[in-house]
Amino acid sequence: MDKVIVIRYGEIMLKGANKRFFEDKLVKQIRHALGDLGKPKVYKQHSRIYVDVEGYDENQLIERIRRVFGVTLISTSKRFDVDLDRIREEALKELRDRVKYDGAKTFKVETKRVDKNFPLGSLDLSRELGGHLLKNVDEVQVDVHNPDTMIYVEIREKAFVFSNKIMGLGGLPVGCNGKGLLLLSGGIDSPVAGWMVAKRGVEIAAVHFHSYPFTSERAKEKVMDLARIVSGYVGQFKVYSVNLLPIQKEINEKCPPEEMTILSRRFMMMIAERVASKIGANGLITGESLGQVASQTIESLHATNSAVSIPVFRPLIAMDKVDIIEIARKIDTYETSILPFEDCCTVFLPKRPVTKPRLDKILRSEAKLDVEALIEAAISNMEIERITLDEE
Amino acid sequence: MEVYLDNAATTKPRKEVVEAMVYAMEELYANPSSLHRKGVEVEKSIKNTRKLIAKALGCKDQEFYFTSGGTESNNIAIRGIVEANHRFGKHIITSKIEHPSVLNTFNDLEAKGYGVTYLEVNHEGFISVDELRNAMKEDTILVAIMHVNNEVGSIQPIDEIGKIIKGKNPKTLFHVDAIQSFGKIKFNVANTLVDTLAISGHKLHGPKGIGGLYVRKGLKIRPMVTGGGHEMGLRAGTENVPGILGLGAAVKHQMAQQEEIISKMITLKKYLVERIQEEVKEVVIHNGMEADFAPHIINVSFIGVKSEVLLHSLEGDGIYVSSGSACSSKKKGFSHVLTAMKLKNTLIDSSLRLSISDTNTKEEIDYGVNQIKKQVELLRKIMR
Repeated sequence: MDKVIVIRYGEIMLKGANKRFFEDKLVKQIRHALGDLGKPKVYKQHSRIYVDVEGYDENQLIERIRRVFGVTLISTSKRFDVDLDRIREEALKELRDRVKYDGAKTFKVETKRVDKNFPLGSLDLSRELGGHLLKNVDEVQVDVHNPDTMIYVEIREKAFVFSNKIMGLGGLPVGCNGKGLLLLSGGIDSPVAGWMVAKRGVEIAAVHFHSYPFTSERAKEKVMDLARIVSGYVGQFKVYSVNLLPIQKEINEKCPPEEMTILSRRFMMMIAERVASKIGANGLITGESLGQVASQTIESLHATNSAVSIPVFRPLIAMDKVDIIEIARKIDTYETSILPFEDCCTVFLPKRPVTKPRLDKILRSEAKLDVEALIEAAISNMEIERITLDEE
Repeated sequence: MEVYLDNAATTKPRKEVVEAMVYAMEELYANPSSLHRKGVEVEKSIKNTRKLIAKALGCKDQEFYFTSGGTESNNIAIRGIVEANHRFGKHIITSKIEHPSVLNTFNDLEAKGYGVTYLEVNHEGFISVDELRNAMKEDTILVAIMHVNNEVGSIQPIDEIGKIIKGKNPKTLFHVDAIQSFGKIKFNVANTLVDTLAISGHKLHGPKGIGGLYVRKGLKIRPMVTGGGHEMGLRAGTENVPGILGLGAAVKHQMAQQEEIISKMITLKKYLVERIQEEVKEVVIHNGMEADFAPHIINVSFIGVKSEVLLHSLEGDGIYVSSGSACSSKKKGFSHVLTAMKLKNTLIDSSLRLSISDTNTKEEIDYGVNQIKKQVELLRKIMR
């Protein structure tokens, strides 16, 4: 007998002819997520993925696997040759463990017979096992509606007995839907936006804008910390840091102060588009959400969006702040995001920013600047940092 | 060129401090409580260090206790005194410009039901002794006043304060936070009416994680940490031997050369202030050159320049300083000391603290002032 983690994946099953491609990506992602723990065996068999537990900490493996996008359900199961006596014996052990460790008082057996050669049907086997368990474990009862514990039995090429089903995050394995470039700041929104798009199978890279020395090193460190948390889900990725200060100085000198934010954001988009094309990303991802700040009205978004031709994904666009915070808490970025260091310089914040910028007016202001040279310079001074999992 | 002008935040350990600590870790690793010879040897070195520091403070050996640093010393004294004396009264007094380790401890006691008077300060950062006299009540059990303020360097007259306190109520105890002043301003606890006094190692080129507390003999303090009866029962826990020896080395150096160290700091301070006034326009210096200001702290506002921006610009030039406010659009980033001094927001927003040590040089000051001038002019142009 051996112990395996059984991983099920929902949506990928629907992918028809491409199923194999998605499955292979998922296996690769799981291997990657477990990489620094050693090299546990990860393999695909009959539309499931298995991880051999032997020699590893089961809980640690599960903690990692449950963060991999594409995984819908995780169980730790005993696996052995199909044999009714063995099945009875292992089911009994499983229930006794649940009684001993979890204080379970009621149970339900659920059987799935995939191998039709097995003589008993699913219902018959459930009934047979239920009776066996009731007879041999004192003070437990069957409750088919709301049991304290389930005892799952599956008859496949081997027999499986387990009692836990842990929900995965769902989504699609990272890397099966192309590559996107996230505009990452130290705030609450952008890490969530990156996480959400990555969950749809998109490989992530990030670009971060700062105004050093007008903003502190700590603000940059905070962004890197957020990137590290996100990499716990998406695997390693690169963060490109761009100093926007020279551009902000130019805008400050030559353009109306109330247009500072919009013009800066247009530059961020243009720079991001260049970086995206350099690294083969076909979309930008931002944490913008309608109405949050002056630069996130429809008029402002129109003004910044028209600076680029690449698609821009804004997964938070219609979400309320409380809902965004809820996800940020769930994925563990919230506590880091609310640290006080500001990465966007407050020195240049206009007292009254435009909330309904007119594109023609913004473009006229922008024309006063040597846009091309400023972007070139910003990109040539860009720093690259590789964010990896194992720096915890 | 690296110019470290943040010596009120912390100082670089002197070479002999590092050596003493390495020696302690390599050789004196036994537990001073152990009965064997190796333990006794360590115990002896702690005893000698205690004697050395007690002498520097002007107290008896048994009146000095090692702690983990200034914050712990302030906590032990304040909480310990209040807990041991709460049946005599529920009123305590401090000032609005104390270090957070005192202020937040008082806030905590206030939340627990004690009546707290927070004394105001004037625009230079001095409390009013008259206000203190009027605030004293029959049930006042503790007054805690810092010796030197860490942001503006004002020196409170602890001799006079002690006399006022004891004159009004001999039972009231007097705690002094001397973390910024020890070794930099001459005083002798035996000549004052101070009951407890906190010091820290890393403010005078000693290690971090070590400090001490003077407790006048016979005074009752309830220990916060109980255990194996270390530090005469006041603070349990196996002694931080490297820290203690490092602190000893730092104090030894400071005391042997105190005259030179102080006069060098005064010279450098004077030079720095003069150079700034000569070179940079529209500056306001918040502390004076008189004897009632510490020799190592200068607080200056470069009007129109947000201090954190200037701080980061200077760090690019290798110059390290502190700011009176964090780069925040909200008011909560403002220094509580400058706010208590009722300075205008524009002054607080642009306040920079430069704090020197005798290890700084005239050349460093020259370079520092040149870069400050350059950056201030640049930033003023940008911030209009």
